[in-house]
Amino acid sequence: MNIEQPSSFAFSAENLEKAKWHIAKYPDGRQQSAVMPLLDLAQRQNGGWIPQAAIEVIADMLDMASIRVYEVATFYTMYNLKPVGKHFVQVCTNLPCWLRGSDQIMAACKKVTGCSNGETSADGDFTVLEVECLGACVNAPMMQIGDDYYEDLDSATTEEVLTALKAGQKPKVGSQSGRYTCEPAGGITTLTDRYPDRAAKAGGDD
Amino acid sequence: MPKITIDGTEHEVDAGMTILQACEQAGKEVPRFCYHDRLSIAGNCRMCLVQMERSPKPVASCAMPVADGMVVYTDTPEVKKMRQGVMEFLLINHPLDCPICDQGGECDLQDQAMAYGMDHGRYKENKRAVEDKHMGPLIKTIMTRCIHCTRCVRFSTEVAGVTDMGLIGRGENAEIVTYLDQAVSSELSGNVIDLCPVGALTSKPYAFAARPWELKKTESVDVSDAQGCAIRVDSRGPEVMRVLPRLNEDVNEEWISDKTRYCVDGLKRQRLDQPYVRVKGKLQPATWPEAFAAVAKAIKGKQGSEIAAIAGDLADCESMLVLKELMVGLGSTNMDCRQDGSKVDPAQRASYIFNSTIAGIEDADALLIVGANPRWEAPVLNARIRKRYLMGKFPIAAIGPAIDLSYPVDWLGEDADILAQIAAGTHPFAEILKTAERPMIIVGSGAVARPDGAAVLGLARQAADAAGAVTADWNGFNVLQRAASRVGGLDLGFVPGEGGMDTGRILDGAATGAVKVIYLLGADEIDTKDLDKPFVIYQGHHGDAGAHVADVILPGAAYTEKDATYVNLEGRVQRGQLAVYPPGDAREDWKIIRALSDTLNATLPYTTLADVRRGLVKANPVFQGIDDIQAAPWGEFGTTGEVSGAFTYPIANFYMTDPISRASATMAECTDEILGGGEGKTGTDG
Repeated sequence: MNIEQPSSFAFSAENLEKAKWHIAKYPDGRQQSAVMPLLDLAQRQNGGWIPQAAIEVIADMLDMASIRVYEVATFYTMYNLKPVGKHFVQVCTNLPCWLRGSDQIMAACKKVTGCSNGETSADGDFTVLEVECLGACVNAPMMQIGDDYYEDLDSATTEEVLTALKAGQKPKVGSQSGRYTCEPAGGITTLTDRYPDRAAKAGGDD
Repeated sequence: MPKITIDGTEHEVDAGMTILQACEQAGKEVPRFCYHDRLSIAGNCRMCLVQMERSPKPVASCAMPVADGMVVYTDTPEVKKMRQGVMEFLLINHPLDCPICDQGGECDLQDQAMAYGMDHGRYKENKRAVEDKHMGPLIKTIMTRCIHCTRCVRFSTEVAGVTDMGLIGRGENAEIVTYLDQAVSSELSGNVIDLCPVGALTSKPYAFAARPWELKKTESVDVSDAQGCAIRVDSRGPEVMRVLPRLNEDVNEEWISDKTRYCVDGLKRQRLDQPYVRVKGKLQPATWPEAFAAVAKAIKGKQGSEIAAIAGDLADCESMLVLKELMVGLGSTNMDCRQDGSKVDPAQRASYIFNSTIAGIEDADALLIVGANPRWEAPVLNARIRKRYLMGKFPIAAIGPAIDLSYPVDWLGEDADILAQIAAGTHPFAEILKTAERPMIIVGSGAVARPDGAAVLGLARQAADAAGAVTADWNGFNVLQRAASRVGGLDLGFVPGEGGMDTGRILDGAATGAVKVIYLLGADEIDTKDLDKPFVIYQGHHGDAGAHVADVILPGAAYTEKDATYVNLEGRVQRGQLAVYPPGDAREDWKIIRALSDTLNATLPYTTLADVRRGLVKANPVFQGIDDIQAAPWGEFGTTGEVSGAFTYPIANFYMTDPISRASATMAECTDEILGGGEGKTGTDG
């Protein structure tokens, strides 16, 4: 970890309250179970990444060894142990997304942000990372930016989303192809009487 | 008990066993990397796959408990194919660098690849490469070789009780690290080298030094502390290359301390390899006859009461017996094997041994530690205490400065007065000891070496009596000796005889001139400031404190260079064996004293080692049972009297406690890095 680490870390009053709420969810002696929500809180408070000092604070709070917290923090891609850009772009490149063209999504990311896998853009706006399955295979290919999922992407829509973010706008979250959540791409074939506007057009193939 | 069919034969096994253990019991070998008897089950290497009827998938036998009626196959072609598959995956990222790997020849992966490996690889892509980690001066890492079995992580967390090591990342990016690249802060860290099934963690001092098949393996016992761990001394030619643990369930299971393992490079430095005689204030090389003549000249005309002998911490029983008889022959009763001034009662064996036995720790149900730091005085024994702690329901309290013993301890305070309160039953912990069925009290060797040590000993005995710690089948009173020679010396009566002086009085006598000749048998841990007055004969193997003040030096043999008997802290008589010959003109210690007795016209009746060993049995029948313990009868010992003042621990530096470890460069490095002598160093310096 050859990055500048802050010398100390402390939860804000509000986050400390939340941390206590998480810890209280678990029975006595099982407080370690709260390690993941606490790491998440620390990451949000610290601008998207978890410093060493926060790991030690959390280890202390949960009465576990620092190395055990560190193990958890390194295991999950959602925790960052070094500073990331304002927009943290995680592109799924697992099999379903890859079959549906995640290579083009990565290429589009590179085109707009200038970042290859694992890099942060010079202006600090973007960090792009290839990740494992994010559980949205039905709307593949997809990427996660911050807390939001952008699905049914192609080169053009990826570029649109990223350009909008770069311009400080808030692009539409979810499917970019116009379908409603993860319903069939051609529209629904059941309950059509209740949601006639989302029904498949006659002759649709799915 | 469940019945399980393994390869067509039915076996009855204990409930709760795993399939792998059942297979072992049935004599079926199951290959494994991550599974280890003494560690928790991880189930991550998948090498132990077996086939089970009615199970659609292969089963990891190490993690699957047996159930009645299971039908398991371990030797079908399918099983072989599965394991071949696992092996192929393991070898995808494992470098094929066996020719330059120190594990070569004793590598689990290499061995099992012979049975399950393919003749060629099908993987054409680049192998992964992992940066090596810094784990301190003892453990060398080549992390590209790691197969992520996590044995080292489990050992350090569970057995050693330190939370330094961990597995970070996941999948292909998984790596074994120490937190922030620190050295592993355990006295048992070297054991991860034995546990590592591949060449990822190897011995740093032994790097590229030898191949296992070049080594002569000698089974022996360790002398770096009083536990007498079973060791194997690997030597090549005249050189001890390394020390490894041997299995001895009663003593060390299969662990040894870092000092035991790594102090052996001290056997090559600072050695006394020829006799010396002080001429005009300077030590000059001499021949054996010249040295003996000088001793004879010094002793001639001296009264027995003007001659004294002190035996050091590494002295073997044979040489102590022969020296004792020589002293008796010269008319002297001034001798002591307790160079620390311990006040244990030589007449009561129960007062100086670890009566509960080391294995007995696992049966105890409450523990009081008095003025001892078992983590440094007997690290492997400390691991037993931790093992017992992990079993649960084991209250542990201690009197002494609070330290990290690798298990939680209720620190009652530092003052010896607390022991008096417990003995009197007025302290709350006395109640806990009393309600326990098999309470244990461990008294440190430092606690009974204080000026009021006899009273401390007496109080500890009282506390044991009051707690009901001594019954027909349990003796919970223990003294934690820390010198390999101590129990043996006391068993042989190498203590002041009628009107004789003990260590303290011998040293006082040296200052006043009452003692004119002192024979130091490897005694280096005494205060040598007044020893320039008397004539000092130093017999030993290292040029340490004793040799510096000597007038005659008789070069002896270190523990790897002689067939010798030692009695460990629990009173177990064990034999060490000669692995290499003593360097130069040095000789086995009992032979030196026997030869000297000739020159002094006090010839001793021993000509062979067997004679001496018969003498040992004659001196004390406990020497009859090799590797055995004889329970010591309970009796009155210790004195009554005031005790006060805080306990302190006798060892200031774990890595340097005897002449061998003080001469060891590796131990010096450990002192520097692990004990904080090397402030300002970072992992990148390594």
